[in-house]
Amino acid sequence: MAQSFHGGPTSKERKYDRQLRLWAASGQQALEDSRVLLVNSDGPLGANSTGVSGVVGVEALKNLVLPGIGGFTIVDPAIVTEADLGVNFFLEEQSLGKSRAEETCRLLRELNPDVHGYFNSQPITDLLHDPDFLPQHKLVIISGPTKRSSLDPLIQRAQELAIPVLYTHSVGFLATFSLQLPAEFPIVETHPDPESAQDLRLLHPWPELVAATSALGDLDAMDDHQHGHVPYILLLLYFLEQWKQAHGGNAPGNYKEKTEFREFVRSQARTSNPEGGEENFDEAVAAVLKTVSPPTIPSTIREIFELDQCQNLTGESVDFWLIAHAIHFFYMTHGVLPLPGSLPDMKAQSADYVSLQNLYKAKARRDVEEVTSTVRQLETQLDRRVPPIPDRDIDAFCKNAAHIKVVHGRQIPQISSNSDAVTLKAIRSQLGIPDSLVSVFIATQILDGVVDEIQDESNDRRFINDDTLWKSHTERILALLTRDDPTPLDSEVRDNINKAIQELRRAEGGELHNIASLAGGLVAQESLKVITKQYGPLDNTCVFDGARSRSEMYRL
Amino acid sequence: MIVTDANSQQNRWKHLHKVLTNAGPYCDEDWIPGEETITALESSKILGAGGLGCEILKNLALSGFKDIHVIDMDTIDISNLNRQFLFRQADIGKPKAEVAAAFVERRVKGVKITPFVGKIQDKDEDYYMQFKIVICGLDSIEARRWINSTLIGMVDMENPESLKPLIDGGTEGFKGQARVILPTLSSCIECQLDMHAPRPAVPLCTIATIPRQPQHCIEWAHQIAWQEKRKDDTFDSDDMEHISWVYNTAMERAQQFHIHGVTFQMTQGVVKNIIPAIASTNAVIAASTTSEVLKIATSCNPYLENYMMYAGEEGVYTYTFEAEKKPDCPVCGNLARKMIVDRNSTLGDFIDSLGERAEAQLKKPSLRTEEKTLYQRFPPQLEEHTRPNLKLKLHELLEDGEEVAVSDPAYTIDFRYKVIFNK
Repeated sequence: MAQSFHGGPTSKERKYDRQLRLWAASGQQALEDSRVLLVNSDGPLGANSTGVSGVVGVEALKNLVLPGIGGFTIVDPAIVTEADLGVNFFLEEQSLGKSRAEETCRLLRELNPDVHGYFNSQPITDLLHDPDFLPQHKLVIISGPTKRSSLDPLIQRAQELAIPVLYTHSVGFLATFSLQLPAEFPIVETHPDPESAQDLRLLHPWPELVAATSALGDLDAMDDHQHGHVPYILLLLYFLEQWKQAHGGNAPGNYKEKTEFREFVRSQARTSNPEGGEENFDEAVAAVLKTVSPPTIPSTIREIFELDQCQNLTGESVDFWLIAHAIHFFYMTHGVLPLPGSLPDMKAQSADYVSLQNLYKAKARRDVEEVTSTVRQLETQLDRRVPPIPDRDIDAFCKNAAHIKVVHGRQIPQISSNSDAVTLKAIRSQLGIPDSLVSVFIATQILDGVVDEIQDESNDRRFINDDTLWKSHTERILALLTRDDPTPLDSEVRDNINKAIQELRRAEGGELHNIASLAGGLVAQESLKVITKQYGPLDNTCVFDGARSRSEMYRL
Repeated sequence: MIVTDANSQQNRWKHLHKVLTNAGPYCDEDWIPGEETITALESSKILGAGGLGCEILKNLALSGFKDIHVIDMDTIDISNLNRQFLFRQADIGKPKAEVAAAFVERRVKGVKITPFVGKIQDKDEDYYMQFKIVICGLDSIEARRWINSTLIGMVDMENPESLKPLIDGGTEGFKGQARVILPTLSSCIECQLDMHAPRPAVPLCTIATIPRQPQHCIEWAHQIAWQEKRKDDTFDSDDMEHISWVYNTAMERAQQFHIHGVTFQMTQGVVKNIIPAIASTNAVIAASTTSEVLKIATSCNPYLENYMMYAGEEGVYTYTFEAEKKPDCPVCGNLARKMIVDRNSTLGDFIDSLGERAEAQLKKPSLRTEEKTLYQRFPPQLEEHTRPNLKLKLHELLEDGEEVAVSDPAYTIDFRYKVIFNK
């Protein structure tokens, strides 16, 4: 169906309307250009038990298929059992005994005819032999617990290819998941709160803005109507000029001076009119503390400018770093970032507001032009073999320059003999916080160890509820926790870890639909942010405790 | 052939039954796991309603509930398909409750789902009395307040069965909240009303005379131009021709004032008050509410006391806390709620402000004190009789600190406010 009339939405825009308001056409395009890999099981959990039921993964895919992900691949060697039907909505009676990869793929595809679904019943380790298999995907979701011999090569290979990975666990009332991002994961469209995204430059006005303030003339000479409709930004600039004249050319700097300035502005409002006050002055008074400040550059942006990728460009540098470099150059030249150019609504006559808005827009446009010309010079100097950076990307970067973000991705955290010291240290410091949910993460690490041993083929008599197995892996993990910091774990910490283990073991590795569905929602939310490169992704581990209805996140 | 013996049922629900037959470290010490708990679960009749309905029905069915009722007045729209996963293109125009109930019954063997196509307000106390728990993912504050006050009104201290836990969930974009309300015992929707303040409306004079934003032009086309040019047609926000007219009219006004940025999408957003909605947030919130239902029905873990907020824009953030029960809550408290007003404003202005004040949010209020009727919308004779009061100032009608009872056709109860004049 094409457009039904001029300017109206297409049927696709109507179907996706509620999400396009969050990530716009650019986010939608990124989504449609992506295929996601779900590795949903990897062998049985002991002699008597089938493998992971993989509900988190299937529920996450549901939440990606509905908004129109380009495609998905389900890798799952399992056969559908009765227990699957009690927990997985994307299986039906006729699925019993069939390939779970094929059946879940079929029922997920029904959700959205725009999405391509693929399945494969081979184990993931076999598929990794094909060098073309993994690179077809933009994101990998792995349903844990997965044995190390499958997990490690998969996350290693994904890291080499800079493909993000989500590794999930959902057992009984508990769920955890970690996100592995590339070493540098830049985001331009972070969607800051519109209020914090405003940069009005009241203490750093450019000549045209100064001229607009002078053009006001004498406020006292205005009639009540005019006086009550001067946009508050011009009011503040006008009174700042008066303040500076009385204070040796200095603007109000500290809190005390700003409060004095605020009272000064308040005193200039006319109260003799029928309303007993003026709305534009109220707005000006309310804006003083927030907007009368010198333009500063957030420390996060300063850090990005100082990164090697930003400082030393090469022919291989991606677009993000070229623009960041150009904006850094702009900052060095002018001492400010490019102007975002947006103006909040304020009491004013239509024409006055529009002309003030045009001043901000024009300045923002000039700043973008300057950055663009630097970018074009860099492109020539570096002799890049990729298409020129689209103007709209430079524009978006300039508008959001104060809010860009670079996430320094870390590998899927594990507690093992070759664990990163950072991971162990972060866990130890979390353990010092009463009631920290990091004990749930530790319990899932113990579960991974138990499952790893069960799935070892020489050991096919092991059972998931074998006490000795749990005991030995608990001791092993607890010993690792004191590897770098030999201070013994106190009894409360051990008690919390034991409780988390007990809650996990209560379900014998099984998923509860509610918790799996909730975790599937969270995992999809993170997938969407990673694929669209918008908003802020998890960095890097989340625990949800359904017994106590709360969650925490950690950088492990 | 489908095997339906008891053994297959046991295998089917083995994960769920494990947590219901084994105690965990966070369970109440007196809880007895086992068959009795499973029977209690299977015999609990649950009522679900609202926009999170698809997720809620799926989750309840896969939590082992066997008798579920669902209320929804809406029919399926194309814009639902990005998240309401039980509906397909071919279902557009059909009632949501019926399509969803039939789908889940087909997919999950042994569950009975009874749909009702209509409003929650169509049903009376006798109807609500049959359920063990009520779970709502409603999209309007008005409907939430109605079910809240109805369930609170049903509580009979002599009869524990009359207390129906209300589990509420709501989403907006990447954000949402889940809350558990034990009518009369815990903080209720009305106690928490000011946590969900309505967006302030743009003043009419801005829309009428000095538009500055594209939204102002759209509001003008919608509220003013339509009344002038097409007052014989009732505006229907689902009629594409109506939306197009508003869009084109807003465009003309925007051009006249040199305002940029009116789009069709924005026009729809403004006139329909569209809230962004995605599958993933709905899944998170619906599952957290149904998880609470399972815990309340079986006691297999402690239930949420009483509020969990969720924000997914920056990583995964939740905040779980206990919202306070307010003694001056107009629904579950017994004291009148304080409301500070300007003694010189007119009764008419005060009535208009009740629609926007976070603690009231009443669109069509009628007001009376213990002594006199201040303004009554119905019957017409009484409206005419009380209309002159609208022009009087508040201090001419009320004493400082006097109590005012406010009724509104959207609710079954009166709201009590203690009107305090500001200095």
